[in-house]
Amino acid sequence: MPKLVASSPYAAIVGVAESDLGRTPGKTALQLQAQAARGALDDAGLRFEDVDALFCAGNWAWSPNLMLAEYLGIRPKYSDSTNIGGSSFEAHIGHAVAAIEAGLFDIALITYGSTQRSDRSRGRGNPAFRLTEQYEGPFGLPTPVGAYALAAMRHMHEFGTTSEQLAEVAVATRKWATLNEKAMMRDPITIDDVLNSRWIAEPLHLLDCCLVTDGGGAIVVASAARARQTRKAPVWILGHGEAHTHNTIANMPDLAVHRAAIASGRTAFAMAGLTPAEMDVVEIYDSFTITVILTLEALGFCGHGEGGTFVSGQRTAPGSPFPMNTNGGGLSYCHPGMYGIFLLIEATRQLRGECGQRQVQGANLALAHGTGGVLSSAATVILGKD
Amino acid sequence: MPEQFPQIILDGDSQVYWEGIARGELRIQRCAACTRYVFYPRSICPHCFSDRLSWVVASGKGTIYSYTVAHQAFGPFAREVPFVIAIVELEEGVRMMTRIIGSPRERITIGAPVRVSCESVAEGPTLPYFRLVE
Repeated sequence: MPKLVASSPYAAIVGVAESDLGRTPGKTALQLQAQAARGALDDAGLRFEDVDALFCAGNWAWSPNLMLAEYLGIRPKYSDSTNIGGSSFEAHIGHAVAAIEAGLFDIALITYGSTQRSDRSRGRGNPAFRLTEQYEGPFGLPTPVGAYALAAMRHMHEFGTTSEQLAEVAVATRKWATLNEKAMMRDPITIDDVLNSRWIAEPLHLLDCCLVTDGGGAIVVASAARARQTRKAPVWILGHGEAHTHNTIANMPDLAVHRAAIASGRTAFAMAGLTPAEMDVVEIYDSFTITVILTLEALGFCGHGEGGTFVSGQRTAPGSPFPMNTNGGGLSYCHPGMYGIFLLIEATRQLRGECGQRQVQGANLALAHGTGGVLSSAATVILGKD
Repeated sequence: MPEQFPQIILDGDSQVYWEGIARGELRIQRCAACTRYVFYPRSICPHCFSDRLSWVVASGKGTIYSYTVAHQAFGPFAREVPFVIAIVELEEGVRMMTRIIGSPRERITIGAPVRVSCESVAEGPTLPYFRLVE
């Protein structure tokens, strides 16, 4: 069993920032990360020379850490480029806490940046199928959406989940986006709008799918001692967990159960000594509407197979009893390929009370959960304020 | 210019498999230590970590575990939409990705029995597709 750290956390998030989001023609992944890193360090009241650890994940260089550190002028004494897909940044939080606990450094910078929209790199065909790609690639499944569609179809088959229930997630998330001036898609939508949007991969419609945007983000993590000296109140990292179960979708153990999230959530909640019911605000990776339903079940917010019922009646919308994806999510705010860093940025801002008209009142505990690959990886982080 | 079918890079795990497909045989592996079947081909059993894997010809029969109809696809597959992709569970207990061909979309359901049909793809390799068992 993981030891409990809730009484005395080792580390905190002390700075967060986004770069420009949406469409950033002419910008590079390095520029977006530099902009976000400056913003996050400024938010923390720290300087570049304070950074002694660098965490990043991306596919824009053979070694993103080497290129980015050189570009920024950082010479870290600790470096982690764990890439398990969109959940990488939640995993980075856990790795940073463990290393801080071990006394290896005090200040970590976590970054992400992508210009996938401006590059039009999504949808480009793969020129060759290597290693285990060769058993799936030749059939032409559009990934990742087709993989999530296979999971959704199985979930519908086993539990009676409906397209309307999937659409509930997209509609509620859009309502949050109308309250966030940084969100890319801010016009309200209805369940019928989702159901009438074109098929991408059955049973997923266009509006069941996340956006394709540019954008970057950065987070500064500090040891407990240093966190108390930064500009704003620390957002304590109370628990974290990660897991991965497969790479290709045909090798997912059970297409209707997000087992990686079961494992990561269990570890994170045990470490924090908290339960799902105690969370005041949750930020759940929403690459697709089905991702949210599978994750809510896996984390224990509802029973297995009950996710569709759980989100019905706009339960996750603003003003509802279950505030979720309060920035408008990957579905409506931004989604530059690997979205996990933005979950942490929003959870931090909610706990600081910085969210303006979308602020969840009395938010003391928050959960950020990333899912990566094709439901392959998961990482959960539980945050709290003093 | 139409995009080429991507090259499949044969390797030390996959060569026997693809040679079988080219001959109309669906070859999978079986572990001598734990007796379980294995797909895709590997050098180590993912159930018990034994390296005593040998090739067998699968029955070619299975059921649809899940499926989707792709209405948007990438590269050379874009011109083929809509098409049905499925994960089939073979009688031997292993699952594999495939296409379901030869039946209208309305007849495709989870649990439907299917049988392998090795088909040569235009300007591409022979691939193990599946057809519904009538």
